[in-house]
Amino acid sequence: MRRQAGAAGPYLLVLPGGLWLAVFFVVPMAVMLSVSLQTGNVVDGFTQTFNFRIYADAVTTYETQFIRSLIFGLIATVATILLAYPMAYWIAFHAGRNKSNYLFLVLLPFFVSFVIRTVSWKFLLADDGILLGNLKDAGLLPADFHVLATSFAVVAGLTYNFFPFMLLPIYVALERVDPQLLEAADDLYANRREVFGRVVLPLSMPGVFAGFLLTFVPATADFVNAYVLGGTNTTMIGNIIQTTYLTNADYPLASAVSFILMAVLLIGIFGYARLLGTRDVLEMSAR
Amino acid sequence: MTQLDTPGDAGRSGDDRGHGGDLRAAALADPAMLRGLTQARFGRRGLLRFAGLAGGATLLAACGVSGEKKDSAGDDAASFWRDRTKAGTLDFANWPLYMDVGSTDSDHPSLDVFTKKTGIKVTYREVIQDNESFFAQIRPTLAAGKSIGYDLMVLTNGITLSRVMQLGYLAPLDHARLPTFAANASPNVRNPTYDPGNAYTIPWQSGLTGIAYDPAKTGREITSYNDLFDPKFAGKVGMFGDNQDLPNLALLGIGVEPAKSTPDDWKKAAAKLTAQRRDGIVRKYYDQSYIDALAGGDLWISMAWSGDVYQQIATGTNLKFVVPSEGGLLWTDNMCIPKTAPHPVDAISYMDFVYRPEIAGMLTEYINYITPVPTAAEHVPADLAKSTLLFPSADELSRVSRFRVLTTAEETEWNRIFQPVYQS
Repeated sequence: MRRQAGAAGPYLLVLPGGLWLAVFFVVPMAVMLSVSLQTGNVVDGFTQTFNFRIYADAVTTYETQFIRSLIFGLIATVATILLAYPMAYWIAFHAGRNKSNYLFLVLLPFFVSFVIRTVSWKFLLADDGILLGNLKDAGLLPADFHVLATSFAVVAGLTYNFFPFMLLPIYVALERVDPQLLEAADDLYANRREVFGRVVLPLSMPGVFAGFLLTFVPATADFVNAYVLGGTNTTMIGNIIQTTYLTNADYPLASAVSFILMAVLLIGIFGYARLLGTRDVLEMSAR
Repeated sequence: MTQLDTPGDAGRSGDDRGHGGDLRAAALADPAMLRGLTQARFGRRGLLRFAGLAGGATLLAACGVSGEKKDSAGDDAASFWRDRTKAGTLDFANWPLYMDVGSTDSDHPSLDVFTKKTGIKVTYREVIQDNESFFAQIRPTLAAGKSIGYDLMVLTNGITLSRVMQLGYLAPLDHARLPTFAANASPNVRNPTYDPGNAYTIPWQSGLTGIAYDPAKTGREITSYNDLFDPKFAGKVGMFGDNQDLPNLALLGIGVEPAKSTPDDWKKAAAKLTAQRRDGIVRKYYDQSYIDALAGGDLWISMAWSGDVYQQIATGTNLKFVVPSEGGLLWTDNMCIPKTAPHPVDAISYMDFVYRPEIAGMLTEYINYITPVPTAAEHVPADLAKSTLLFPSADELSRVSRFRVLTTAEETEWNRIFQPVYQS
């Protein structure tokens, strides 16, 4: 390759992706921003009024749902870490030749549509369904016990649905841990707990951080779980955006709510990345 | 990129109901029973939610389009219909499972009768899955004054239909061409609040919104809206999570006729609903899925659509449907002609044709909703004719109201009052 081409090369490589982002991300974002500052209605049309107050209104109106979404997202993310870490650890270090089979088994349910999986939960957990119905008949549960239509059901659904997004990055990080390091630790008289605490865990943290990012962001913005599994007082901000936008056709308000959510998540992520070192977090997420 | 005017409003709860009729039932002995067993039920709202990105596409497409409100009332039916002649072709857009079927899925006996009697060939398409996404699809074409490829379409009374009328997209009807409608239509569907004088629409089928319950679980007969607030049923009560059925039934529940209601009434009705939720009585605000929850025991009592309950009863589920003493809601799917339709004369002759009692009977037998032609009862099997879900009694019909028709300004206020109820 000649020198000149070499200089332009990197930019040419970025061009297709960059154009894609510009057309399908930057332009829609600019439109949404413009829409959020308009007033009007569908029949009479919307006019640009730079109504910044709508952002304050959106926060005060939907404060509960914003906070609830962040809490649900956080609980679900922590729960996926607690569930996924031991499993990833076992697959990485003890599954031997069957590693890929186990990974495949973990991913298998995710070949089925997100919506179908969530709706199946509803069937499984119905008040008189195959699980609770039998437990109630056996006298193990009170007759009015129910799981569906509770906050627990929503968080459990989120945990289930985002599980692989946590498992895979942790698995990748653990898989890369050089077995010789473990041997070395052993040679230096570290016991098993110390090997884990001082060698394995620190080396796998980038995976956990990446998993946190990949799980927390979509879980917070999710609306399917709250819609299908939730009941009263479980509405998440995603549901609000969906209704405001599609049912009420209140585009400015829906756009404003979306931007606030995005801002909150971005600030959170930047703070998080700053704290932990941008390189680790973002590189692991890209793996 | 500064202005925007996009459809994508949703709204009508009736959007999700499963329409009746199935081809397998046609060939078999006990149609009512089999229809119930084989019914496909469409969660139309559900589909819309998850396919919701379509709305986003519309938003972009509409970027830069301003409002285009027109005063349709000034349209003169006579001038629209002058010089229009029969073309011998009709393109009809309808909802799935909303037409009688013969030996095959594409065989529609009542359409064949129409073709035989009039010589008009019908291209029948079940392309409407829900009002708002269909409207989103056809709107740019209508706005450009071009034909959408259909001469006749079916839309539910509610926000979308009002919008289509406000935007001046519908052809005004020439009632001189609708003598059978004039002779046979039920008084309940004439001159509805959403379309005074049937200026743009006449009904296809209707349904009721009331209360369904499982008498074995509630332990008593349900008669009143207030039964939905009984603490004995705490956690077993279903309400609709929408901005039409829920608010309008709530208004009736506090003794206010929706059409005459004021924003103060809206707040009062919403406050009562909020208290119901706060006291833990409501399990969830449902869409179409309420009927499975009711049949499966998650709910004991719920707001409900008559057609769903009819289908459940046909499958042997022990449910009952009641129009509460405070009143119920009547909603209607309406036939209407886009102003740009290439064959409007054929469309209006079909609209009139389905008001023949024998044709209305053929449709009712398969659709299982409420026909606009009461005398169709003489043309259906006795068990269907007896069902008050298909042919509501005069007493029940005297107690039903229509949705509040909202101006666009009122709509915003209405939504801001009621949305926090069902999205808590």
